[in-house]
Amino acid sequence: MPWLWGLSLAVLLPAVAWALFLSPADWQQGETVRIMYVHVPMAWLAMGGYAGLALASVLALVWKHPLADLAAREISPVGAVVTALCLATGSLWGRPMWGTWWAWDARMTSVLVLFFLWVGHAAITRAFEDEERGARVGAILALVGVVNLPIVKFSVDWWNTLHQPASVARMAGPSMHISMLGPLLACAIGFSLLFGTLVLARVRAAVMERRVQALELARAREADRAPASEAVPA
Amino acid sequence: MSGAVANPKRGGMGLAASRRRRRLWVLLLCGLGLGAAAALALTAFRDNLVFFRSPSDIAAMAAPDGRAFRLGGLVEAGSVVRDGAEARFRVTDGAHTISVTYRGVLPDLFREGQGVVTLGRLGPDGHFTASEVLARHDETYMPPEVKDALERSGHWNPEQGAAPPASGWNTMQPRTGG
Repeated sequence: MPWLWGLSLAVLLPAVAWALFLSPADWQQGETVRIMYVHVPMAWLAMGGYAGLALASVLALVWKHPLADLAAREISPVGAVVTALCLATGSLWGRPMWGTWWAWDARMTSVLVLFFLWVGHAAITRAFEDEERGARVGAILALVGVVNLPIVKFSVDWWNTLHQPASVARMAGPSMHISMLGPLLACAIGFSLLFGTLVLARVRAAVMERRVQALELARAREADRAPASEAVPA
Repeated sequence: MSGAVANPKRGGMGLAASRRRRRLWVLLLCGLGLGAAAALALTAFRDNLVFFRSPSDIAAMAAPDGRAFRLGGLVEAGSVVRDGAEARFRVTDGAHTISVTYRGVLPDLFREGQGVVTLGRLGPDGHFTASEVLARHDETYMPPEVKDALERSGHWNPEQGAAPPASGWNTMQPRTGG
């Protein structure tokens, strides 16, 4: 684990420095363009992370793998934070560029729905006395929410929106100059490593928590049995 | 002895495998149903999911009913007249053009050739009175040097609209190549 943290920071810190200080300003956005180096990776992670959640949910529902339930449970708070950051940075960019903090266009509304799915999944998996039941309900919610992923991605192509169409993942090649595309991809790799590290750390902690609970339970049983065995000779 | 242990175990695994297959099929069918339902719903509400209407949409529309809606398009080159707090300009999509009046602060990105979305009402004379003007940003990201180089070489005039295809400039090195 320590080397994973180290690797994440070793990629992320130079990438952020490249994006915030060394890359050029945009000809019409000026320095405001630098918000994009956080906003776009957060948006990608919000969607990619959700695809991961959906995969874990399928593994949990069909193959009943206990680690899949745990991974789904631990990825959702991180996914919610990442989606919230995507919305917040987008809003900060929208105010000076568009002239508004928020608009109810298809892209922004569908990302807000994605945020509610993340928060809803985090809440509902923890809302049941019976953890297994919570995991099942959460997995079903996560899979129903998959419908929203193509809507988020293609909203800017299917309907006209205030949000601009994709600049990087598009058929005609990136419409972003290479001096900005480089730091963007570096930031995306860095933030993805950090995302993975955070999720893995949470899963590890959850596994250890369950181990502690099992040990405590075993000790309590032993303590229950001990007086009984002492009582026999007496 | 070992065979006696292995046999019921194998039977159990077969049962588990068939259960897994059934669960996978149920999941796939549910997903298919859900996807079809979502696609139908989105197609049915297609007209309500757009954020703005283009001048061509409005030209095809019946007579204005006085309700507020959003008009979007490019600010026509040479059409912007600023008169104190009031701005007059024309919004075009190439095929149709609508003249707009707006009182208030324009966003930083507002300029001729820029995409805009305006909220307002269409008068009986076909004139649009806006209460809000938002600028749209397109999907191009380029440093000022590249934009200047494109402008100097005559490949692009930002007042005339969107940038040329990205493959022409997205790896351009204006300092060394120009």
